[in-house]
Amino acid sequence: MPGSASERPVNLKAQLRRTERRRKLEAAALVAPLFVFLAVFFLAPIGLMLVRSVDNSELPSVMPDTAAALRAWDGAGLPPEEAFAAFARELAAGQRDRSLSGVAKRLTYEIPNMRSVLFATARGLPDTPDGTWRQTLTARNPAWGEPETWAVMRRAAAPVTPYYLLAAVDREIDASGSVVRVSADRAIYVDIFARTFWIAAVVTAWCLALGYPLAYKLASLPPRVSNLLMILVLLPFWTSILVRTGAWVVLLQREGPINEALQWIGLIGEPIQLVYNRVGVYVAMVHILLPFMVLPLYSVMRGISPVYVRAATSLGATPFTAFRRVYLPQTVPGVGAGCLLVFILGVGYYITPALVGGAGDQMVSYFVAFFTNQTINWGMAAALGSVLLMATLLLYWVYARLVGVDRMRMG
Amino acid sequence: MRSILNLPPHATPAQRAWHVGLWAITVLVLGFLVLPILVIVPLSFSSGSFLNFPLPGLSLRWYQELLESERWLSSLRNSVVVACAATLLATVLGTLAALGLQRASFPGRSLLLALVISPMVVPLVIVAVGVYFFYAPLGLTGSLVGLTLAHTALAVPFVVITVSATLQGFDANLSRAAASLGADPATSFFRITLPIILPGVVSGALFAFVTSFDEVVVALFLTGPQERTLPRQMFDGIRENISPVIAAAATLLIVLSVLLMTVMEALRRRGERLRGIR
Repeated sequence: MPGSASERPVNLKAQLRRTERRRKLEAAALVAPLFVFLAVFFLAPIGLMLVRSVDNSELPSVMPDTAAALRAWDGAGLPPEEAFAAFARELAAGQRDRSLSGVAKRLTYEIPNMRSVLFATARGLPDTPDGTWRQTLTARNPAWGEPETWAVMRRAAAPVTPYYLLAAVDREIDASGSVVRVSADRAIYVDIFARTFWIAAVVTAWCLALGYPLAYKLASLPPRVSNLLMILVLLPFWTSILVRTGAWVVLLQREGPINEALQWIGLIGEPIQLVYNRVGVYVAMVHILLPFMVLPLYSVMRGISPVYVRAATSLGATPFTAFRRVYLPQTVPGVGAGCLLVFILGVGYYITPALVGGAGDQMVSYFVAFFTNQTINWGMAAALGSVLLMATLLLYWVYARLVGVDRMRMG
Repeated sequence: MRSILNLPPHATPAQRAWHVGLWAITVLVLGFLVLPILVIVPLSFSSGSFLNFPLPGLSLRWYQELLESERWLSSLRNSVVVACAATLLATVLGTLAALGLQRASFPGRSLLLALVISPMVVPLVIVAVGVYFFYAPLGLTGSLVGLTLAHTALAVPFVVITVSATLQGFDANLSRAAASLGADPATSFFRITLPIILPGVVSGALFAFVTSFDEVVVALFLTGPQERTLPRQMFDGIRENISPVIAAAATLLIVLSVLLMTVMEALRRRGERLRGIR
């Protein structure tokens, strides 16, 4: 209807708005399937992990009445008699249906011998008290007369706990309720986080040191040659991480080619330990992450016109000055993108340190896996994972602000 | 030599040293990148049982052992099944999303994009632990379905990124022309848009395939002995006792990566050529 628009010109705007709205709806409908998929199979699992890091349901689920009584108690001195009575009843019930071990496990995180205290008290507990329940329990084990024990019990009775998250940064809540550092012999996690960031930083620095000149040279070659050499960067990028890690184990072993070569040159007399230590971790991680540095650097350097450097030299700058004052600043976006990407990926590494590192080279990821699979301390696994996730998301946010997520490109 | 160095005849000694030095660094770094991968290939043909040089002799015994081992074959089968299923899902979901993200700006677009890309940056252990907790009550641990779903989420960002990159070079007027000639949106997509962005879709699918085929951390958490994947089998092999069988498996994987890389390079060239004539 070509005539209708001129007859009612106001409608043009409305029509445009309608079209615009339809386009937006179409776009949303196209994105929706992926969004729903990621919400269910990616966001929900991670959300659940975050919840696990504060989850404290072990005691409340097995001893609901004790938990309620302890929550009602003000926390000063010893709890009232009804808490002792509820505890005695639920302790005996827990012993009968074997549900006590979850509670025992939760309590041993804070008081190491609580497992034996709990089971010794529960074994053959009478149905009726000998005097009050408080007297009965304290007579069976003096720990039940200690306010300290009940302070821990009260913390275990709350539905959520900051315990794991605090422990992940070597902090705990003391008897007076304030947050303090844990004793030096138990403080290990801050060191592990520091080690993780340090390893990632060293790897990033090495990748930049090796990647910058390589990308610079590749970008200055004619496209035909640089495309050919680029294949040598892309081959490791496309090769399985396990193949590359395995290759380094072979190369760096005591009888491996590198030790043999060093002995042959006469640099060393005896084979030296190059793998299952920090050297192995650095070498293998730099090898695996280097392409992630070279690719963004290369794409930025390709876009830099040689005219500016030529102009600088023609105005009398030495080649070094021209590089430092004219070329280098133009590559900063590539340096930022590469360093952030390598650092973000490096912080989360698990496989490579697990295969080529020693006991002192394991990163946070290793401990997350360790607590999940080996000691089944899921609260601690989730707490370490949450702290690591926060650090990663913070870096990702910086990356998105500085580089832009849509600039992330592979290959 | 002069032609490689590409130096003017009047270059100063310092400039010559700089050029030679830069070439030396380039060659060394490229060697560092490629040689470790190539070193493993001859070791897989060793007739001895140790992974060191010089080789005592050549033989195919480790390949024979690999191809006759039920453990390796079943893990290969599992990996192929999971990678194909994850690729299919990720490619369909990712391509649709890339088309949607490119169309009109809507509120929260950049946040949505950040979410879509995030599986690439979140540490794998975190994804693995989260998925492990999430799947356990649903009975999805120890199943290839569960692993496929997790791998799809990890592979999707690569599809969205590559397809989006191809869409940036896509001339929207072509779709408009199709629509003006009476094509409905579906016809216009399958006859016009898809053939043009196909190289991007295929590259995205290859990235997705490799992501799943190479993924081991989530597999470590989700799979039992029945659902063992190839990377998981390699991981155990490297950790427990690294033998020439691992070298043989690694060599086959290197051949696969060379093949995939060749396809990617061909697609990239084709893409450049198409953009050249546009």
